[in-house]
Amino acid sequence: MVRCFLIHTVCPVSALSSAESRILYSRVFGPDEAALTEQQRGLSAEQRRLLQREKVAVVARQVKSAVSLCREASGRALVEAVPGEEALALQDANSGVVRLRAGEPFSDETSALWLGVQSLGFTLVCEPHENLLLAEGTLRGLTRHCLEHLHMLGQGSEVLLRSNRIDALLSRLLPHGQLLFLNHRFAQSLEKEVTAYMAK
Amino acid sequence: MYSHGSESLIKQAREIQESELQKFYSRLLKLLQAKEFGHETIDSLQRLHLILSATKYTRTLPTELQRRLLSLLSSPVEQLQVLSSAVLRETLPLSGQELNYNQDNSHTAALLLSQAGSRADLSSLCTQLIRSLENRQSDPPNHSLIHTLPIVNAILTHSPECLTEDHVTLLSKKLVDWLRYASITQGVGASSGGFFTGPRSRQPVPIAELDGTVSGDFFTVLCVGQGFTEDQWMNVFSFSMLRHWLLTYHSVPSGVTITDAANRLQLSFSLSHSHSFSNDDRSEFDSSVVSMVSATSSSSRLLPPKERVREKAFQYCLRLIEQSDRKAHKRTDTELQKACLVEAVCILDCVCVEDTSLVYRTFPCVKALFGRLSSDLTFARVLLPIAQFYLNHGEMAAVDCESVWKLVFSQFPAELFNDPFLAHELLRFLRLNHENLLLRVPQYTRSFPNLLKFLAWDSPAVVDDFVDLLPSLVTVETAVELLHTLLDLPCLSATLVLQLRSTSSPISEPSGRGLMSLDAFRNPALRGLFLYLLRTEAGSGDTIDRLSVLHELLAEAVDWPRVVQCAQTVPVLLHIFFNTVLKVADENLLAHFMLVMLERSSLLLKLPAYIKEIHRVFSCHLLRLCKLHPSLVVNQSHELLEFAGTTANVYSKEEIFTHVVWALGEYLSVSCDSRCSVKLITSCFETLEAVLFEITSSSPPPGAARPAPRVVTTLMSALAKLASRSHDLIPRVSLFLSKLRTASRGGSVAWCSDEEDLVAIVTRGEELWSLLKTPGVAQSVLTPPAHVTTPQWHRDTNLSMPLQLRTLTSLTHTQ
Repeated sequence: MVRCFLIHTVCPVSALSSAESRILYSRVFGPDEAALTEQQRGLSAEQRRLLQREKVAVVARQVKSAVSLCREASGRALVEAVPGEEALALQDANSGVVRLRAGEPFSDETSALWLGVQSLGFTLVCEPHENLLLAEGTLRGLTRHCLEHLHMLGQGSEVLLRSNRIDALLSRLLPHGQLLFLNHRFAQSLEKEVTAYMAK
Repeated sequence: MYSHGSESLIKQAREIQESELQKFYSRLLKLLQAKEFGHETIDSLQRLHLILSATKYTRTLPTELQRRLLSLLSSPVEQLQVLSSAVLRETLPLSGQELNYNQDNSHTAALLLSQAGSRADLSSLCTQLIRSLENRQSDPPNHSLIHTLPIVNAILTHSPECLTEDHVTLLSKKLVDWLRYASITQGVGASSGGFFTGPRSRQPVPIAELDGTVSGDFFTVLCVGQGFTEDQWMNVFSFSMLRHWLLTYHSVPSGVTITDAANRLQLSFSLSHSHSFSNDDRSEFDSSVVSMVSATSSSSRLLPPKERVREKAFQYCLRLIEQSDRKAHKRTDTELQKACLVEAVCILDCVCVEDTSLVYRTFPCVKALFGRLSSDLTFARVLLPIAQFYLNHGEMAAVDCESVWKLVFSQFPAELFNDPFLAHELLRFLRLNHENLLLRVPQYTRSFPNLLKFLAWDSPAVVDDFVDLLPSLVTVETAVELLHTLLDLPCLSATLVLQLRSTSSPISEPSGRGLMSLDAFRNPALRGLFLYLLRTEAGSGDTIDRLSVLHELLAEAVDWPRVVQCAQTVPVLLHIFFNTVLKVADENLLAHFMLVMLERSSLLLKLPAYIKEIHRVFSCHLLRLCKLHPSLVVNQSHELLEFAGTTANVYSKEEIFTHVVWALGEYLSVSCDSRCSVKLITSCFETLEAVLFEITSSSPPPGAARPAPRVVTTLMSALAKLASRSHDLIPRVSLFLSKLRTASRGGSVAWCSDEEDLVAIVTRGEELWSLLKTPGVAQSVLTPPAHVTTPQWHRDTNLSMPLQLRTLTSLTHTQ
């Protein structure tokens, strides 16, 4: 299953040091691993929450540096895309995988799949045995929906003020972190539900 | 995309004042007490979520507000469910809060999962989930059953023991039904309804394959229709979690004895019978559908549930492989077919590991699939699981795997080195299987020049994998070539860039113009140099003669980011390489390494930071080699002296030079190797003396910095050490040291600009000088006998120096 999905910055943010990344949306699926492991059982619920946030922040930082290094190496200039050009922006996105060793930050090894669309990174953290081909397709789908339904290519802050849309999207396309083998007919039927939700 | 507006929103949310926050809470509470919820409510809830999630510290909501939010979870409006669940996930659960799983609402389940504080919580949730599955047919129909499986899967990912044996049996039976016996007619219209709601008014329409033809076999994720029935949705969800299910509950735990396993089988067998009244009848009717695949499994109904899941998984995967050959109308479906192939082959591998008798039934299909896909590199990522299958079962089935390994070790790295996902998956495959590969696939260790292309291309992304893999690639036969290859990795990186550019842009294109290295790459006369770097297998010689020519040709690449990134990873790998080599190599090979290091220290791509780092690595490992095998210094004294006698090395390779001089002074001694003659000591002395004299009597050559004080003192110490072993040399050292003192009396010399450094050097000289005045003492200090340097004597409590000192100290302290 997918451990978490996050949207975060991969560009410099004035209030942050160059290594840090601002997390705009994060969703950790399933139970919190800290509640289930022997050595962390002593933590209070509050401490567990803090620990989980820090773990997500580690992922965001790792992906941020992966994206910067990848862009630096390719030497390709970023093409600015405007609202309406979501497909173009997605086509132009960089992508890759970061291997997160056991304990760095999750207790088991995980793979972080990322998609760098201009100044934002979209990241899925998967179990290492997960079908990455499927995960990659799912990540692209999710990213496209986020870009479209939250108008993310514009200046707006809808990702912060309409985060319930992403929750609703995830509950269909990645329910509880489950990657789904959806052919276009199944996908269409879910997308219809998503569109209906967004229209409200 | 990310604007100042967003940044300031986060800032506001974090810095909101307590009084303002309380006002906001009470306003929201008022909104939630109203009968109707409008946009304002939604908007306020969303803002509340932002305030809570923007900080990593937990904020506590007023109890009344939290209660209201809990009741919103069962609101008919989905937005309110989503928001209340999201907000509550950011807070701590109320004490005594009782939340029950409600199968209509996946958002509540998400909250329950995230707030589970122990395995007991998860177990009870699990029991509720399984009960909801069990009671399905007696309850009024609902359409949200599909979320149950993802929740179960999330639980068993973290805590598989939450499912009891009964749960596993029950779910196994359900999975069999959903996987194998889902309806084969299309659902009506939308996704909901059809099978379980009301009678169907229209004539049932059979489901179709992705290419549009009518499907003649059971339903799978690659079947399409206008709408889907609930059991078809369950089919999709079941298949999506199938592999994880098999991996979790089907591997027989090691340590379980055969009788145990047999008992368990019997138990699950009897359970399957007691449970099989209501659920299984449908399966019997539906299985009358003519099926190519299922025709092979007439007896499967007699199997216990776990074995039945395995059997059905096997059939499902064979059908998927068959279906993946169909031409899909939609691009997304073509991609889904690939993902299904990966999953199918992985599941087949998994069931074959559990039940080896399936290997013979599976191999023809996997082999045919390999034959179908192997010529098309766009299927590379499907071919990797196939390779895993061959590796796991090829031997048992006595199948020739040569063509599989050719693809994995030669074609993939050579042609797909720039695919980050393939790189990740291939390197993971190697990491997980390297022991097996070392045993069965001789190509593995020989393919390192090719495998390293992944590293040369995208060093930051894969360096971690190579940290794990590199030790398995070090063999006595190829170690020297591997060392050269690692040292030239930045050149390989530049060459890969050139290779891609030369294929992507025609010669006349401006982007390629002006690149001398690209012209060189295309020049047939120089082709051999680049082809050597691009070789796919080891064994064509450790390195090449015209390496310096290659470095010159690539001089303009030293500031290409990709090359720089690659150069930064090489030192890390070199450390790992040497650490491994020390374990496998004999002394002859280590002697060879010593020479390679001396030689290659001046034969590197001209990237200043890179050269400096490599020199540092070399120094560190030269020293380790000498420490472990002191006789190496006598063995290789000729080459070492040649290196140390070259004054230019003082300036260009200070680090290595210092270490070589130190090693000569330390280990050129009879106590290290009986072959060490007076003649050898004298000749070494004279060589070092000449260098020291030269650097302290003249200014550095133009363009070079002054010699480091460390070089001078190391040379002085080495000379003193050598002299202490051959007393005839003592007057010569003393003479030099006295001259040094006289020369520096003026306060400044051409070879040292810093006064403090000079003082330190002279002091050091005086110490050595006075030590050498009593040769007996000098020898025992400068060349201590082995029993002093080895820690043996610490163990003798009566003799132990620290112990005696400690005793003395304690005596003086108490008095």
